[in-house]
Amino acid sequence: MSAGGPHPPTVLGSSAHGGLAVAGHGEGGHHPRQQHHFYTMGQQLEASILGMWVFLVTEVMFFGGMFMAYIVYRTWYPTAWAASSNQLNVIMGAINTGVLICSSLTMVLAVRSAQVGSRAGQIVNLILTMMFGSTFLVVKYFEYAEKFHHGLVPGPNFNPHHVLPDGTIEHIALPLGSQLYFSLYFMMTGIHALHMIIGIGIMLVMLRWAIKGRFTPDYYNPLEVSGLYWHFVDIVWIFLFPLLYLLGYNYRG
Amino acid sequence: MTPERHSYLDAPYGLKAWLLTKDHKRIAMLYLISITIFFALGGFFAAGIRLELLTPKGDLLTPDLYNKFFSMHGVIMVFFFLVPSIPATLGNFLMPIMVGAKDLAFPRINLISWYLYVIGGLIALTVLAMGGIDTGWTFYTPYSTIGSSTNVSLAIIGVFVAGFSSILTGFNFIVTVHRMRAPGMTWFRLPLFVWANYATSLVMILGTPVVAITLCMVAAERTLHLGIFDPKLGGDPVLFQHLFWFYSHPAVYIMILPGMGVMSELVAAMSRKQIFGYSFVAASSLAIAILGFLVWGHHLFVSSQSIYAGMVFSIITMLVAVPSAVKTFNWAATMYKGSVSWESPTYWVVGFMGLFLVGGLTGLFLASMGLDIHLHDTYFVVAHFHYIMVGGAIMAYMGGLHFWWPKMTGKLYNESLAKVSAILVFVGFNLTFGPQFIVGYLGMPRRYHTYPDEFQVWNVASTLGASILGMGYMLAFTYLVYSIFKGEAAPANPWGAKGLEWTTTSPPPTFNFDVDPVVDEPAYNYNPTGKGVHVG
Repeated sequence: MSAGGPHPPTVLGSSAHGGLAVAGHGEGGHHPRQQHHFYTMGQQLEASILGMWVFLVTEVMFFGGMFMAYIVYRTWYPTAWAASSNQLNVIMGAINTGVLICSSLTMVLAVRSAQVGSRAGQIVNLILTMMFGSTFLVVKYFEYAEKFHHGLVPGPNFNPHHVLPDGTIEHIALPLGSQLYFSLYFMMTGIHALHMIIGIGIMLVMLRWAIKGRFTPDYYNPLEVSGLYWHFVDIVWIFLFPLLYLLGYNYRG
Repeated sequence: MTPERHSYLDAPYGLKAWLLTKDHKRIAMLYLISITIFFALGGFFAAGIRLELLTPKGDLLTPDLYNKFFSMHGVIMVFFFLVPSIPATLGNFLMPIMVGAKDLAFPRINLISWYLYVIGGLIALTVLAMGGIDTGWTFYTPYSTIGSSTNVSLAIIGVFVAGFSSILTGFNFIVTVHRMRAPGMTWFRLPLFVWANYATSLVMILGTPVVAITLCMVAAERTLHLGIFDPKLGGDPVLFQHLFWFYSHPAVYIMILPGMGVMSELVAAMSRKQIFGYSFVAASSLAIAILGFLVWGHHLFVSSQSIYAGMVFSIITMLVAVPSAVKTFNWAATMYKGSVSWESPTYWVVGFMGLFLVGGLTGLFLASMGLDIHLHDTYFVVAHFHYIMVGGAIMAYMGGLHFWWPKMTGKLYNESLAKVSAILVFVGFNLTFGPQFIVGYLGMPRRYHTYPDEFQVWNVASTLGASILGMGYMLAFTYLVYSIFKGEAAPANPWGAKGLEWTTTSPPPTFNFDVDPVVDEPAYNYNPTGKGVHVG
């Protein structure tokens, strides 16, 4: 009974060191950034990109749970949804939308710079991307502060109100379901902001590597997959903005 | 003098080399050790439950403590044992070798997944030390959000972290199967174990994030008062159930699919025959994965879910039994006129087939809405899922562990003791859970520490069975560990089986193959006749 399986295999060129004896990185020709379990750089790149896309699918499902709750409750409480959305600051939301779109542009330009071998281009664009991301977070901070000031944080302190110029407090009557709206608002934008923070952290690592000259026209995998992640975070916001901010425009409650 | 071997176990040497390894085989062994620890812990809680249920009155544990026992049993067994079991141990070890690669696509992420599992486990142990949780492993609201005073939020963090570990394993497998196959290894030449783990990985990556965010919402409600499921604010506790079961039903397919993959391998090897209907078995793994996402509502038949939705879920649940049946028939057809040898893996195989059959058929009872109204939350349900998860998944895990043990450790275990262990487990298992079908049908509810006197005889039988079952597992643990130290050295292919893993040494070298494989024949190519085997 033979052990079967493949024929005595031919030895493939780039993995002549398939066993323990590892060929030097210059000779036998594999790229210094090629990891040992891959046959070619092309395979490594494809694996990295597929990996990031699969990860983004998991992120879609992660945010998807919250979108599901949003859909259910919006169907049940359309008035509360519109009235609550009216409380959000559309201008700040729109600024953030523009900021993120610009950051995606600079991210793409960073990847493009790597493709054409421009180290300066990578550095400048990565820094710009991080600046746009940080701007987003700063605006978000002010938005959240405004919510706190107006008593719109759900829980025991939920107390929607304006403070008028003469000091009197004017309560805002929000329908049943509004606290659900704000719970989802804070969870969705909060987790989105968390992903942005992680993204900026990743950009810092990319920046460090770019400064060290790690990315060349034939190897810039980390930059490309980080770009994919960044675009994903941007796209989540593109969904969040209309669904959260733009509902109450025609509402006169 | 044994010839010098360049096994992955030997070099590089040292604790740091193991804890910082990128070798998928070492990571598999690290998982094996940690998973076994959690299995023992889960078993301890099972013992507590069975001891309490020896008598109709609540005399061993207080009601609250009993709630904690079954909750911890569930959380540990589901999230820290069953979900990772086969994929993280056998899958991690075998997937790269079976596709002919040197490692998984992302070795460092593989290591991170183990560390996440360990961190999640440590958090679970912390929760345990702080008194455990009493919500059930299902964390139903509003008890988990408002009612329970136990450490629910911390437990959720532990489950979340372990879930992330699961996601990383799944995503690694998917990319590996797509991009790391050796030359000549086409999709339809892949071993069915690979197909099964691929399908499992799809479920892992699509389902786990949903339970992660759902449990986050529960934690947010507990800690930040973001009352998403709070009826006073207009929320709906049943929404939690929908979101929870959207993952947790597919989760049970995460638990069984890899076991079915193991079964395909063992049936072919023990019968020395090409798997009957290879492409149907491969497709059925994908069908189970996809259909598994469409049936969650069968957990909500009595929850106030619409009857019309219930009808749809009921029908699709019956449909999901079809691909499982396809597999079972195909395994039987493989064994028919095969050259079946009664070695220890065969015992586990045959045990699986019988027990999975019972578990699957009783699932159909539960799938029919009318009957489920009577059976919901009774011991009938408990028996059903244990037949699949223990009688099915754990028997497959044990069978696979035995079958690939020589490959993974380079040692042979004691065949006779292995057969005894398989028989003890089979007998003990049936005695534990068979009576539970009866007592459940008669109306004994689950998660209660007391019951009417007339159910005692069945409960005593069940506890007796649990003791035998425990002995069977402990026997297996003993001779397997013993074999590591004192076992006979294993040859490359002790079973005479087909498959890339059997072409390399036992244990394999660090990069799996001394020379890179090229594949030019279909899987399970026993007795190649030259006549068209149409697959591959």
